[in-house]
Amino acid sequence: MTAVGTDDPTVERATAAGAALEIEGVSRRFGDFLAVDDLTLAVASGTFFALLGPSGCGKTTTLRMVAGLERPSAGTVRLAGQDVTGVPAHRRPVNTVFQSYALFPHLDVLENVAFGLRRRRTRDVRARALEALELVELAHLADRRPAQLSGGQQQRVALARAVVNRPALLLLDEPLGALDLKLRRRMQLELKRIQAEVGITFVHVTHDQEEAMTMADTVAVMNRGRIEQVGAPADLYEHPRTAFVANFLGQSNLVPGTVVEVLDGGRVLGVDVAGTRLRVPAARSVAAGPRVLVGVRPEKIRLVGADEQVGTAHDVLRGGTVVDTSFTGVSTQYQVDVGALGTVGVFAQNAGGTPVHPPGTPVALAWDPDFAFALDGDEEPAAGTVDLDDEP
Amino acid sequence: MTRLRLGGAVVPTFAALGFLFLLVPVAYTVLFSFNDGGKTNLVWRGFTLDAWRNPCGAPRVCSALVGSLQVGAVSTVVATTLGTLLAIGLVRARFGGRPAVDLLVFLPMATPEVVLGAALVSQFLSLRLPLGFGTVVLAHVMFCLSFVVVAVKARVSTLDPALEQAAADLYATPWQAFWRVTFPLLLPGIGAAALLAFSLSFDDFIVTSFTSGGFTTFPKFVYVSATRGIPPQANVISSAMFVLALLVVLVVQVVARARRR
Repeated sequence: MTAVGTDDPTVERATAAGAALEIEGVSRRFGDFLAVDDLTLAVASGTFFALLGPSGCGKTTTLRMVAGLERPSAGTVRLAGQDVTGVPAHRRPVNTVFQSYALFPHLDVLENVAFGLRRRRTRDVRARALEALELVELAHLADRRPAQLSGGQQQRVALARAVVNRPALLLLDEPLGALDLKLRRRMQLELKRIQAEVGITFVHVTHDQEEAMTMADTVAVMNRGRIEQVGAPADLYEHPRTAFVANFLGQSNLVPGTVVEVLDGGRVLGVDVAGTRLRVPAARSVAAGPRVLVGVRPEKIRLVGADEQVGTAHDVLRGGTVVDTSFTGVSTQYQVDVGALGTVGVFAQNAGGTPVHPPGTPVALAWDPDFAFALDGDEEPAAGTVDLDDEP
Repeated sequence: MTRLRLGGAVVPTFAALGFLFLLVPVAYTVLFSFNDGGKTNLVWRGFTLDAWRNPCGAPRVCSALVGSLQVGAVSTVVATTLGTLLAIGLVRARFGGRPAVDLLVFLPMATPEVVLGAALVSQFLSLRLPLGFGTVVLAHVMFCLSFVVVAVKARVSTLDPALEQAAADLYATPWQAFWRVTFPLLLPGIGAAALLAFSLSFDDFIVTSFTSGGFTTFPKFVYVSATRGIPPQANVISSAMFVLALLVVLVVQVVARARRR
């Protein structure tokens, strides 16, 4: 009664390297709400890919459409070149690690891991399930029920239950969200190790930018149902193309200005920012018109004395006053008020020898213009800044 | 302090009286199953094991019991199956008029049984259905259904929908996902609902007496023989049912405790 044939041609053993995923023009509408808006994305086979965005940006919906648990309103999902848009979840060579783990409470750990193998009538089910449990170092708990495990152990069982099937694609839906910080850091390294070991394509959904950057080969930053920018973590951090990316990945100081001249044979833009001339490498500008947002990362800025002379190799913004100083151990984080430009964040590494400036100290800000970047002037400078109330 | 000591004496006394009040009729039933009562079995005439040695000794007592068991079994299976499907649908499916259905399912529980019985018999007569086993089963399925839906629905609503999605994600067809994941997780609720349905059906007299025609169930047999005197065999069967029910409860408790360990 319970055994209905699953010998389905669509469910194939995936190749060792995993499959490439292509999402083309995919949209998903819930009533009036457009959760995913004409999304196009390519994930190379065998890579660790992160879909990063704030809660409600459509990243989980995207993941569920790849898993087959949600149907796109429009567009195509392709796996290893094959259109799987209309293929139901149980026939896709894709496995998911759910946010809530969704372990079967009535089955022991071993049978949870063996579930997918049994449905596909694989041979040596027990041995393979135990092998997967060894991969996550839980073989000794094989006969426990999920309720008898800690959160971190449940997370690893969920991972083993997915990995054991050697899917073409492994989807992870914020799997570390429920773990405490220390365990999360450990599991991040563990997941990376397992991905390298099994070599299948991982698509990891998260709202934690640090998690995305430390784990993924490629990160896609998602906002309001659309992809803002895709790239390697370092590339996204150093070359943000939108204010959202600049603020969501790390922190940025963005100030409005106008391009007034082109220097150095077109390689450098001279930008007027509230009366001060700043330089931005032309290659690091994505602005179409003369109105720009000049951006500098807080750790690239150095605090100098208010009237201290700085060489021409650096750009200087004078007239600042320290308004807040917080010592974090690794660095000291300053908030500096620069009049009409608002407040600028500065991280000073605690390398020793640098004095801590108490609030009220008049200072000037200096940085190497090579690290400045320019965004389109029409953008909202605060887009993507982390609003603490928004975080789950 | 005095008040406390008074309470210490009064509460157990009242509790004992309460239990006595509850259990005396049962004790009486069991005791009179050993009565050498002859035909009437109303006064104690002496201890005998005759009725226990031959529980089917009285005319038609066992055929009535078999009738009740059959009605109970069929009604329970049908009502539990339909009620389970209904409960899953009412929790999971989104359709127009769901709140109305939710409410209507409760109606048979709230309607007085005499009214139900009278309504059913007039309905069966106008449909020209001959009264008997079939009409009794139809009636029992109807009033058991509400209870099954309520019992199973409580279980379904605690079920995480992600579990079925996880099953689908792990290559289970919708059919396999139901039998491998949903059904085992609902089983305690379904089991409880089935036990409830069976005891409701086995116990029912009012609706049965309206809808049974010449067909006799155990409660109906007891009622009818009451005018002439209930044979001790009826007490034997009642006592056996009581012990059986007690055993079922005990086994369930022991199993549940063993699982929790």
